[in-house]
Amino acid sequence: MTRYSAFSILTNALRGNRDWTPAWRKAEPKAGYDVIIVGGGGHGLATAYYLASVHGVTNVAVVEKGYLGSGNIGRNTTIVRSNYRLPANSDFYEKSMQLWRGLSHELNYNVMFSPRGVLNLAHTPGQMDTYAERGNQMRLNGIGAELLDRDQVARLNPGLDVNGSARFPVVGGLLQPEAGNARHDAVAWGYARGADKLGVDILENTEVTGFLKEGGKIVGVQTRRNGEQADIRAQKVGVAVAGSTGRVMKLAGVDRLPIESTVLQAFVSESIKPIIPTVTTFGAGHLYVSQSDKGGLVFGGNIDYYNSYASRGNLPVWEEVTSELVAMFPNFARLRLLRSWGGIMDMSMDGSPIITTGPVDGMFLNAGWCYGGFKATPASGWCFAHTIAQDKPHDLNAAFTLDRFKDGRPIDELGAGPTPWYH
Amino acid sequence: MSGFRLNLRDGVGTAIDSASTVTFIFDGKSYEGLRGDSLASALIANGISIVARSFKYHRPRGIFTAGSEEPSALVTLRKGGRTEPNIRATEVELYDGLIASSQNAWPSVDFDLMAVNQLPGKAFSAGFYYKTFMGPKMAGNRTTQFWWLCEQLIRRAAGLGKGAELPDPDRYGRMNAFCDLLVVGSGAAGLAAAELAANSGASVILCEERALAGGALTSAPDFIDGQLARDWAADKCRQLVSHANVRLLTRTTVQSYFDDNTFMAVERVADHVPTPAKGQVRQRAWNIRAKSAVFATGALERPIVFPGNDKPGVMLADAVRRYAVEYGAAPGKQVVVFTNNDSGWLAARDIARTGVVVAAIVDVRPDVSDVARGAGEDSRAKVFLGSAVTRAKGFRTLSAIEISAYNELTGKVGDTRDTMGCDCLAVSGGWSPAFHLTSQQGTKPVWDAELQAFLPGNPTQKWHGAGAMCGEMGLQAALETGAAAAEAALSEAAVPAGVADIPVVDGDRIDFAPAPVFEIYTGKKSFVDLQHDVTADDVRLAHREGFVSVEHLKRYTTMGMATDQGKTSNLTGLAIMARARDLPIPEVGTTRFRPPYTPTALGAIAGELYGHLKPDRLTPMHDWHVANGASMYANGLWSRPESYNRPGESVEQAYIREARAVRAGVGLVDVSTLGKIDVQGPDAAEFLNRVYSNGFAKLPVGKARYGLMLREDGFLFDDGTTWRLDEHRFLMTTTTAGAGRVMEHLEYHLDVVWPDLKVAIASVTDEWAGVAVAGPKSREVLKACIKGVDVSDKGLPFMGVREGMINGVRVLVARLSFSGERAYEVYCGAGWGQALWDSLLKAGETFDVVPYGLEALSTLRIEKGHVAGPELNGRTTPLDLGLGGMVSNKKNFVGAALLKRSAFHEAGRLQLVAIKSTDGQKIVGGGHLVKGSLENPGESEGHTTSTCFSPELNCYISLAMLKQGTARHGERLFATSPIRNRHVAVEVVSPHMVDPEGGRMRG
Amino acid sequence: MRITCPWCGERDHQEFTYRGDAAAKRPAMSDESIEAHQAYVYDRENPDGAHRELWNHTGGCRKHLVVTRNTLTHQITLCEPIGPWAKRLKAAAK
Repeated sequence: MTRYSAFSILTNALRGNRDWTPAWRKAEPKAGYDVIIVGGGGHGLATAYYLASVHGVTNVAVVEKGYLGSGNIGRNTTIVRSNYRLPANSDFYEKSMQLWRGLSHELNYNVMFSPRGVLNLAHTPGQMDTYAERGNQMRLNGIGAELLDRDQVARLNPGLDVNGSARFPVVGGLLQPEAGNARHDAVAWGYARGADKLGVDILENTEVTGFLKEGGKIVGVQTRRNGEQADIRAQKVGVAVAGSTGRVMKLAGVDRLPIESTVLQAFVSESIKPIIPTVTTFGAGHLYVSQSDKGGLVFGGNIDYYNSYASRGNLPVWEEVTSELVAMFPNFARLRLLRSWGGIMDMSMDGSPIITTGPVDGMFLNAGWCYGGFKATPASGWCFAHTIAQDKPHDLNAAFTLDRFKDGRPIDELGAGPTPWYH
Repeated sequence: MSGFRLNLRDGVGTAIDSASTVTFIFDGKSYEGLRGDSLASALIANGISIVARSFKYHRPRGIFTAGSEEPSALVTLRKGGRTEPNIRATEVELYDGLIASSQNAWPSVDFDLMAVNQLPGKAFSAGFYYKTFMGPKMAGNRTTQFWWLCEQLIRRAAGLGKGAELPDPDRYGRMNAFCDLLVVGSGAAGLAAAELAANSGASVILCEERALAGGALTSAPDFIDGQLARDWAADKCRQLVSHANVRLLTRTTVQSYFDDNTFMAVERVADHVPTPAKGQVRQRAWNIRAKSAVFATGALERPIVFPGNDKPGVMLADAVRRYAVEYGAAPGKQVVVFTNNDSGWLAARDIARTGVVVAAIVDVRPDVSDVARGAGEDSRAKVFLGSAVTRAKGFRTLSAIEISAYNELTGKVGDTRDTMGCDCLAVSGGWSPAFHLTSQQGTKPVWDAELQAFLPGNPTQKWHGAGAMCGEMGLQAALETGAAAAEAALSEAAVPAGVADIPVVDGDRIDFAPAPVFEIYTGKKSFVDLQHDVTADDVRLAHREGFVSVEHLKRYTTMGMATDQGKTSNLTGLAIMARARDLPIPEVGTTRFRPPYTPTALGAIAGELYGHLKPDRLTPMHDWHVANGASMYANGLWSRPESYNRPGESVEQAYIREARAVRAGVGLVDVSTLGKIDVQGPDAAEFLNRVYSNGFAKLPVGKARYGLMLREDGFLFDDGTTWRLDEHRFLMTTTTAGAGRVMEHLEYHLDVVWPDLKVAIASVTDEWAGVAVAGPKSREVLKACIKGVDVSDKGLPFMGVREGMINGVRVLVARLSFSGERAYEVYCGAGWGQALWDSLLKAGETFDVVPYGLEALSTLRIEKGHVAGPELNGRTTPLDLGLGGMVSNKKNFVGAALLKRSAFHEAGRLQLVAIKSTDGQKIVGGGHLVKGSLENPGESEGHTTSTCFSPELNCYISLAMLKQGTARHGERLFATSPIRNRHVAVEVVSPHMVDPEGGRMRG
Repeated sequence: MRITCPWCGERDHQEFTYRGDAAAKRPAMSDESIEAHQAYVYDRENPDGAHRELWNHTGGCRKHLVVTRNTLTHQITLCEPIGPWAKRLKAAAK
């Protein structure tokens, strides 16, 4: 496999780009593996990569129903941050930040991690105090955070309406300077290429249709590939299928989970010259926006509330999201929405993820990402790989169990309670 | 400089008013156009060939199409707050004084230095960014910083036009509309559908993207029922709009198709004039709910890809035809048509008829139909059969082409090349049905081998395709399928359809099936996506690197991701990938079109919400507060007085004064924002007993009780007092923020969980105005004005509720205390709120009553240790807040079971305490409790929740949540706020700092 | 999406507030077991296909109804009244 560099680009260009090879092999399934990861999205691929690179488990297959990265890894608004209030979250997401920083080098694939800052706007002094509390928690956990006043916010984002007469006037904001964006597809492709290089088989267009069970233990998966059924055995099976968690887990006999699937819509405007430098969120509603390197404003807001496995949403969210965006930036009103799309979110009952052994013997579950899964990709893969390889969670994901709901230890960042669509 | 204005006459410039000149400015230079021109046709008529630059390589771009599918001719329109980048010149109606400028070029669009991007040549191919800019390997964060530096430069070079820096001064509107039938597109099929529906008495909305209805009829040479097509269309439109049940919306694009036939269409109300008239909206979003729909959206012509095909001067054949016929603007002096299907020949004939020289027709097919041949003869063009254009040449713009023999089956190009001078190449590679709306709804398209195109597939919602949109090419077929689609749609809408009277078309009957040729391959650079500079080789490179799924192809090369969303390029890219993979096109797949159909102004989607996001909620006494110096504070949607600031007084000074006055004398506060729910019925007491954690069954009539409400998971949900007004009637109050969710919580339990309970509830928040009268002299104030209530301790004891009159206004008065002082809440009908406020103020005059705001209200309750929103944060339990005594163990209630879970009873939970500043420093909000210094604080052991200066204790205090806090009273800690650079020495104390025994409020 | 409120008629789903899976049934008042309440509060079938779910017509009559909706297509096949008056409405319809 060619190592990517400016040099390799030049030499290949001189040969008419004829010698580039596939970024990952189109592997054929073996009869069995040490570990099978169900789900070739960001988390599944990252898990396979860290299984191979950190734990030396290379006899691994990633089984993906469609094309690699066809789920939420390629549909999100690409925000990377660790500005969390609760210690379990902030430790976990900060681990992710550390991995993000070195990811392009580690994978020899430019994932375009762009630490441009994530700014949460505050609209009342009370909200400033709430942000201060969160920012202080971040500081105490060694994460950079700054509280900005109105003028500082205005300097950072010149188009922002900081006028006192706005319906929800901006009084300041919380900035995580080291947070930012990354290129979503590159993360999937980079992990795929990295895992493939270490011997992981990536099986695209291979649908898991059932699980092989022996004496109550999962020992592999049944698959359909090019119209043909095949069993693939494995000592351990990890499931990382995000919005499809409900349907895949049913195949393993797990009928109920503290997860519901809903649609989240995302939006991108036409490409324009740089107009907002940071990721910015609206504090009097739910809206996050940043500008891609191509120049499109990438934004989103609330989920569509109702349960859904359809990757498209409805008009009320369009109206809500655009009205909040133009309330923040009245100079955006004439910019134009280019495209919107939907992804299926695995909304957990407390808004926090699940990375755990079980719930069936021989199986491991990674789910419940709500709409924060992208930024978690590296840490999720890293922790899930550890959990699978060591048969027990790492300290960083010890709190992200299914048992927390039984014991009364929800990790409820918003305090919104066991209503998944409120998170 | 090759385009020019034709001699306008009958059939040339049909959309143009030749007598009416319009002046416009492009790139600072003034030009003349004619009324009816599009910006594109005016630029063509003025001989302007290069109007834009491409996204990546900054290559010169001209005008490629004549419609909304345009990938190339993007300009910036208008100035200041009305600046609009990336506008397709093909869609802009020219108006006097229009200002347009080219974009994404420096110093100018004719000479763009950014074109250096082309120099790296093949190195700057698909996937370029993924493979480099990782930078040198360095420790820590610095590895990412290299990309961050590069990225900032790249971002500046990327992006198309510049957005406005000023707010948009225009307004937007929204209409909600309902109809039996929505018809999208007003061409032959759409008009036929609308006519049948209109005559059947159905309510019809007919949307047309362009200013002029008629679709392809506006430039078709055919006759319908003996009438010229465009005249027939104009007559039909006149007839249609005369029906009361028909609404024709021109300049209206149906952008998005949502569930249950909900559509969003955007009407461009005032984009064709310099500025909207006074009171007029710029654009209007139509939310249309249609019982059924007919999509008559036509088909989009697509090009053939060949080397040099991005040169300005290379256009789609039908676009050249339309510019000549409709606008009387000839895109070139010497036109060559390059086609793989018969429609190109008709275009050649129509172009020639306007007086433009068609030098040649090049067709990849060795033989063509008689109709085509005849049209070729009419055009007097030289004909090259079994041939292809193998190269477009010219410095910046097209000046010549090379033609070679071509084998359509093998794709082989002959060895010899003829060069022919030409400044406009009109290309037709076949037609792709415009089924974008159906695709938005998830309908999978199906491949049609004959048309070499995808067709919409089977409906999953209530729509019917008609005309070219579903592959029924030609006017006669459009009229027939339009009527048939309307008939089917009407039966879905339960409207009996009348009998269709299908007109007869006299005109060309051709076979639209093209030869399956998408690319002429010679090894030289040819472009698939003109805006994003995706070349055919990029597609092949993606294939080589394994990005073979359509979605991977799109994402890896950015093909089809530009502002045109690949309307004219997607299928070609797909065909090239199919060839590379040696698979039939349908097996390679097709990407799903996502809404909107064309880029849509964000302001239009926001509609009337642009400029005013959410309603204001104001209490009946709002104006008085503002008039009396109150600074107002946003509390959700409510606006509440923060404090009444006297001249020269800060908010802090004001609230301290107000709080002191309450503790010393008496104060009034507006509590109208509290949620209020009327609960009635024989089972009302039982119901409340189930939703509150403490007992309500035995609350006597005329008494109020403070209640705690839990979520079913055992965490605190809301609190408030509930008053028993009668045996079967209660008035519940909730927190201001919690009013809505408490109401829903109660409704849920009554409707779903306990439908057997005989209880009815209603939200009465807005029906009642409320004033709290607090302070040791509050009784005196009340006594001075209330009638019918004995306000003595015996007559109105603590938690007592009575009805009385104040100055002729009926009031409910309850003796409740949030402040810890003797206090009363007085409620009256909202319309009397100001009168009540005035009466209480007047009665209080002799007792020096002060109005107090939210800050003083908060200060008083913090001193008292009463919890509120910051403590009820959704993560606390009654036990955490020292309210364990309010959790009944004698009954079941919402949250009772899960509150028993182990984690809620463990040591180490955060518990409510208060802290007092011991070093005189202010405790700022959002602090954490630590043992260490500012520099080395150690772990967070808790956090502050509500802070203030306590006039009573004469120091800064705060309520706080502290690990095992109840057992730590007396401990010294620091309230640290590194983010605000504050570190305050504090002492942990009981949260009940003022009058812990409660003698003041009871006595 | 369009929801036919049994009381008010066909309305946009924007008028309603989603309340989730109608299969989640609160244990009876006599049942105070943690397990039963956990299942009610947390465990969801989350089906891909027909889903019976609660919506409150908060922008209208403020009554709950049970909507049967396909989570793959969003197609609504049934809107049923619920609550103390549901029986009377059903009887009136007959």
